[in-house]
Amino acid sequence: MIECKNIEKVYRNGEIETVALKNINFQIKDGEFVAIMGPSGSGKSTLMHIIGCLDTPTGGKYFVDGHDVSNLSDDELAKIRSEKIGFVFQAFNLLPRVSVIKNVSLPLVYANVEKEKRIDSAKSALNASAFPEKFWQHLPNQLSGGMMQRVAIARALVNNPSLILADEPTGNLDTKTGEIVLATFQKLHEEQGRTIVLITHEPYVAEHAQRIIHIKDGEIISDEKVKNRRLIKP
Amino acid sequence: MKIQDILEETYSSLVSNKVRTGLTMLGIIIGIASVIAMVSVGSGVQSNITSNIESLGSNLLTIRPGATQSNSRGAVAGQRGSQQTLKNEDIDVIKSISQVSYVSPEIQSRYQIVSPSTGNNSNSSVIGCVSDYATVHNMTIQEGSFLSDQNEIGMSKVAVIGPTVMTDLFGDGTLSSDVVGDVIKINKIQFKIIGVLAEKGGTSFSSTDEMIFVPLSVMQKNLSGQDYLSSISISVADKNQMDAVSAEISSALMIKHNVAVADFSIQSQADLLSSLNSVTTTLTLFLASVAGISLVVGGIGIMNMMLTAVTERTREIGLKKSIGARNKDISSQFLTESIVLTFVGGLIGVALGWLIAVLISKFAGVSTQVSIQSIIVAFGVSAAIGIIFGYYPSRRAASLNPIEALRYE
Repeated sequence: MIECKNIEKVYRNGEIETVALKNINFQIKDGEFVAIMGPSGSGKSTLMHIIGCLDTPTGGKYFVDGHDVSNLSDDELAKIRSEKIGFVFQAFNLLPRVSVIKNVSLPLVYANVEKEKRIDSAKSALNASAFPEKFWQHLPNQLSGGMMQRVAIARALVNNPSLILADEPTGNLDTKTGEIVLATFQKLHEEQGRTIVLITHEPYVAEHAQRIIHIKDGEIISDEKVKNRRLIKP
Repeated sequence: MKIQDILEETYSSLVSNKVRTGLTMLGIIIGIASVIAMVSVGSGVQSNITSNIESLGSNLLTIRPGATQSNSRGAVAGQRGSQQTLKNEDIDVIKSISQVSYVSPEIQSRYQIVSPSTGNNSNSSVIGCVSDYATVHNMTIQEGSFLSDQNEIGMSKVAVIGPTVMTDLFGDGTLSSDVVGDVIKINKIQFKIIGVLAEKGGTSFSSTDEMIFVPLSVMQKNLSGQDYLSSISISVADKNQMDAVSAEISSALMIKHNVAVADFSIQSQADLLSSLNSVTTTLTLFLASVAGISLVVGGIGIMNMMLTAVTERTREIGLKKSIGARNKDISSQFLTESIVLTFVGGLIGVALGWLIAVLISKFAGVSTQVSIQSIIVAFGVSAAIGIIFGYYPSRRAASLNPIEALRYE
């Protein structure tokens, strides 16, 4: 479960103050599938960085599983990311030099997990994200965009995080492959009860979630359940 | 992050860009190899000179005519060696001093030597000396015998020749046994050869191979025509008493010559050795520092490559941080990369330097000596270069902000 209480983010550049976020309050319970939606410049990326423990707020409190993480040091934040958060990026961000299975097991290297156990976890994560076994030893650049994003999803799953944070996961994909990726998220949500936060600017993509938090100019303007949820049938 | 994981990661990133890794490593290889090779030349020359001088006798004092450098400023040392202050009677004074075991008065001059049997001639150093000369200068006779006291008293016109002189006069491949009993002409006076010296080798620097020895009395009467001495060599019984004996000889000779300031100089082999050693040490240091410069240049190459790698892998660093890598994990990865680079480069460099040293002594005729010490130092320096020049890039990588690093294009 994550909770934002009066979160505020102000960037100071000399005399000039820029308010990126203010008065952000919401809770995401375990097992929820939430989309954070807003146009570019709305502050949704800044919010994602705070939710993902890549950055700390300048005001307010942020809790992950009941722990206050708003004032932690770099290394303490790294530990939270390693244990509780899985990232999926728009640009996939896979390591080009190493195989799919090594890419997936990379977060476990930093969590000091034994080598055999890493491979086991990576295999089950790849199965969960429906990535075909015959490509496990391939290098990322031998795969299509949709496949690469499924490797990235497996990587986000591998450390069994409390929260999967996907930043425009379909932004680099065409509609059809985008749907496959969204279907993967829905499947993980349905079957494994994963907590997923999806950041996007597209209403169409956001409607695949259960709930949409709408942000504009650094403030939440609406937070409601999706009425006609788009469900992709396999 | 475990050490094994760091090493695996390092291996994959170094191998992924083989040409760049190889070229960067080459800088270190050349640096280390040249340090090893240069130092080996320096220490080879040094040990060569040391053994050469020691073979001449390490408990040797040499007295030469002419004053030593005075302590007062501006004093001009006379033409040492050409002055005529040492005479035959000085020998008895020196012999009377305890601890002096052998005294060898010597006159050295160059003369035209002719072999009547072959017609060959050469211009060689002729030394007038007594029987003690052979003992004082550690000489060995190959054939026949050295000059005896009998030769000295009887003023016999006999000569002992060095092996180089023998081949010069009688041609290559001449056996020393054939030469003994033959005659040569020194300055048109006929001498009978009674002995040939064993080859001593070494440098031309005071090598006895190229000399001819005749009795001192004959030299003074028949060749030079004067009773001055070029030098007196003294063998001291106890090596540790060299300084005391030297002082005693000095005062005795000053009384004998009736002078207040010594009109001769006394030099010990140890003085010569230490001054030559300081020359060769300077030479070694000079060579090593020239080579050291290339090592520093190699280190800068490493730093350059690591900085490029940090920039290139900015997104990768951002990703690793976002999935839980701590600053320490990132910096140790880059630091390990540069240390491995210099370590492997150092290893290859040591092997190459050794090979160069062997080739130099084989083909250039300069003796070389690769010491364990220089290998350890070179290795330590290369590892230090890895740490020093890898530190800044690795700090820079670790301090990257993950958000900005992920956005980097």
